[in-house]
Amino acid sequence: MTDDELIWRISGGSGDGIASTSQNFAKALMRSGLNVFTHRHYPSRIRGGHTYTEVRASAGPVESRGDGYNFLLALGDSFARNPQEEAVYGNEEIKPLSENLDELREGGVIIYDEGLLDASEIPNFEERVEENDWHVYPLDLRGLARDMGREVMRNTAGVGATCALTGMELDHVEDLMRDAMPEKILDPNLEILETAYEQVQEEYDVDAPDVSVPTGEHDETQLLMSGSDAIAYGAIDEGCRFISGYPMTPWTEVFTIMSQNLPKLDGISEQVEDEIAAAALAVGASHAGVKAMSGSSGGGFALMSEPLGLAEMTETPVVLVEAMRAGPSTGMPTKPEQSDLEHVLYTSQGDSQRVVLAPGTVEEAYEQSRLAFRLAYEYQIPTILLYDQKLGGELKNVPKSHFDREPNPTLGKTLSEDALSEQPHSEDGKFHRFQHDVDDGVSPRSIPGQKGGRFLATGNEHDPTGHISESPENRVAQIDRRAEKLAAIRDDLDTEDTGSYAGPEDAEYGILTFGSQQGTVEEAVGRLNDAGVSVKSYGVSDMLPFPTEQVEAFVESVDEVLVVEMTASGQFRGLVQKNLGRYGERLSSLLKYNGNPFEPAEVVDGFEAAIVEGDGDAPGHQTTFVPAAGD
Amino acid sequence: MSTFSAIGEEREIDRDEYTPGVEPQPTWCPGCGDFSVLKALKQALPEVGRTPEETLLCTGIGCSGKLNSYLDTYGFHTIHGRSLPVARAAKLANPDLEVIAAGGDGDGYGIGGNHFIHTARENHDMTYIVFNNEIFGLTKGQTSPTSPKGHKSKTQPSGSAKEPIKPLSMSLNAGASYVARTAAVNPNQAKEIITEAIEHDGFAHVDFLTQCPTWNKDARQYVPYIDVNDSDDYEFDKTDRVEAAEMMRETEESLYEGEVLTGRFYVDEDRPSYGQEKQTIGEMPEEPLAERYWDDDYEWERSHDMFLDKHA
Repeated sequence: MTDDELIWRISGGSGDGIASTSQNFAKALMRSGLNVFTHRHYPSRIRGGHTYTEVRASAGPVESRGDGYNFLLALGDSFARNPQEEAVYGNEEIKPLSENLDELREGGVIIYDEGLLDASEIPNFEERVEENDWHVYPLDLRGLARDMGREVMRNTAGVGATCALTGMELDHVEDLMRDAMPEKILDPNLEILETAYEQVQEEYDVDAPDVSVPTGEHDETQLLMSGSDAIAYGAIDEGCRFISGYPMTPWTEVFTIMSQNLPKLDGISEQVEDEIAAAALAVGASHAGVKAMSGSSGGGFALMSEPLGLAEMTETPVVLVEAMRAGPSTGMPTKPEQSDLEHVLYTSQGDSQRVVLAPGTVEEAYEQSRLAFRLAYEYQIPTILLYDQKLGGELKNVPKSHFDREPNPTLGKTLSEDALSEQPHSEDGKFHRFQHDVDDGVSPRSIPGQKGGRFLATGNEHDPTGHISESPENRVAQIDRRAEKLAAIRDDLDTEDTGSYAGPEDAEYGILTFGSQQGTVEEAVGRLNDAGVSVKSYGVSDMLPFPTEQVEAFVESVDEVLVVEMTASGQFRGLVQKNLGRYGERLSSLLKYNGNPFEPAEVVDGFEAAIVEGDGDAPGHQTTFVPAAGD
Repeated sequence: MSTFSAIGEEREIDRDEYTPGVEPQPTWCPGCGDFSVLKALKQALPEVGRTPEETLLCTGIGCSGKLNSYLDTYGFHTIHGRSLPVARAAKLANPDLEVIAAGGDGDGYGIGGNHFIHTARENHDMTYIVFNNEIFGLTKGQTSPTSPKGHKSKTQPSGSAKEPIKPLSMSLNAGASYVARTAAVNPNQAKEIITEAIEHDGFAHVDFLTQCPTWNKDARQYVPYIDVNDSDDYEFDKTDRVEAAEMMRETEESLYEGEVLTGRFYVDEDRPSYGQEKQTIGEMPEEPLAERYWDDDYEWERSHDMFLDKHA
């Protein structure tokens, strides 16, 4: 835990504007010169239900949610239902306050809207406040908002009060409101912001804040960006101009961003009848010569298995994104998990070939979205970008210069009509689209409408012209050639390691993780290093083809490795063992699957329990420790 | 040289151009109705002036899916039931292509039924031919969505308890703007209908009765057939939805009573195709998207210049 950071949590009901208020506040903090990182928690419900967003801000780098938080703004839940203790969902009216107390740090601040929340309904509230040295500010935010126009403005009043109590100037918040709000609602919101700010200043001694906002400075323009934004922009910069999809949380974010932006680029977005169609349309568009993508989350991606296999067999380039959420089946739609890893690696029949990339940060999401398109088109293979609700939805600041790169609309090994005429054809004029002996296993393709390029694409095994063939010689030649592409892709990926490393190279212990847990693990490694523990981490992004050499070198270089992942069955650890084929006795797992991502302290505790103390007990009831195979 | 110089080429086209070399030759059973679809397409395509290399034929799985092997155009033999989503995306990516989709009754009305409804609803400018033999042929004679009630097969040993799908009515209700039925035994009408369907600017659905001499011996050979547009016994206006619906109902019922009614059942020349609708709302480029990737002068947009400032 560090003191030089503000972790502000705004809580309320779904539909109360928690997300937009927190986004504006995070951006104001970013504009003031701080690094920010958000974490959101929300139910699968449109109106009502406990929801919160955390905004972590610090002058130093932040790559993860924090350990708990230190400032609570508890607004009411306007749509709270079942207001009884015995009801299935409990007393929703007091949840914005009661549900958030466990994680509030000692010495933390609570502002709550006494117009909607009655603290006396919370058992032992006074005792807990005293025990934890919390500073409580009951304010009638709803009353103030009602007096000044509309109740919904209580969010703005809460932000004004936050600024007053943390010593934050209003100018950045005001600027943002001017950018974001339509004129009609801007003036009353500015007015209530200032009124709340002044009222708190008058009523309380704010000269020495209980928790103050840090100060910092950026030396270049920063953007507040989510993983979903980054994936969409990566696709656009790689020349993707076609997307087809069907709504499903949390993939809908990428689909929405693309659908809003593609028409401005003269591109095409199609919302279709189901995910089978969605993936099949992307395949059809790509076949006709356009850079195309589709995507979904677990259940929808299950429907894409057969078009995925078709793309593999016909060697049609396509990018699919898979936004994981907690499963199985409908699972927990708005909660993050990484348990679709095996689903994405192995779904679809036969010895199928695909690329799977799992970016760890917003920056990597942009880079690997571009990489996914490059690999898909250069190697004519479906590429899946695997991420989760956490990476998709959390916001962080990224320098604008990160995105200042050249576009790459190239279609890969695709022939012009001139080049086509030089290629082998059958006597009847049919182009040999699937030649046996070609560099890297990639046989150049033609596009329908080109003279001299006609061929058959088929999901059946086929000969060089595309015609169905069950000849044993041809079968082996084609399977081997398609497999060769994966080896070539591994070589290609090795030219620029997509992995992320933290900690001293000669460390005694290691932590392996993949995807969105990377930032949290790296923060934990930093803290362990500060405490004198010799540990390093490796965040792996390439799931398939797997960087076996690099992972083996990492595991070999340390005595023991803790594998951190948001699954219940240790899927990533299984993948590591499958590829390494040994070292099972060195690997143990730290797992979390309660719907919330790891906090850095949980990784620290898990590491200490499993490796340093070696007693093999899980550090808390929300995480599970699975010992090494050799233990 | 244009990127896609096969498109829009003006020349005489010989129907043999659609016939592949020595192999593959059709492997359909002797007497199979599928030969007639192949023949009708080979006649219709030169007539509408579309060459093999500006035509994309997308098929599903089944005996009908083999059409791709015997009609020598650009082809995409997709997976069971999925020819339509692949085909319509290709049409959106390059509207200059002549896009034809084809599959069997199980493919189109069963496993791909959802895609059939939505492709018709959206009125994509393409032709969809359903080889309707009232049976699953390639998997050896199981009951299909168009098999009559009571149809016995190895998977329905007591006879099907289900009423058959009514494909023409379903198509009309879903939104197809051209709906016809023809039969393998009526090659002249088949050629004319396929020609009209290809020329139609919208989703043209042709239910093509293709007798299966191997697995559906009990079924009629679809003779004698009656062309409802020529017969004096049937008076209806094929441009009128209500009259078309009534004619379809009668046709679908009488098929199972041994009377084979064929012809054009519904034609709407005024409804804009999906591509036109999308262009109207500004969500479809005027120039084919597929051309852009070959345009050296095109300045590819970057997110950095267009979309990032709102995040600052």
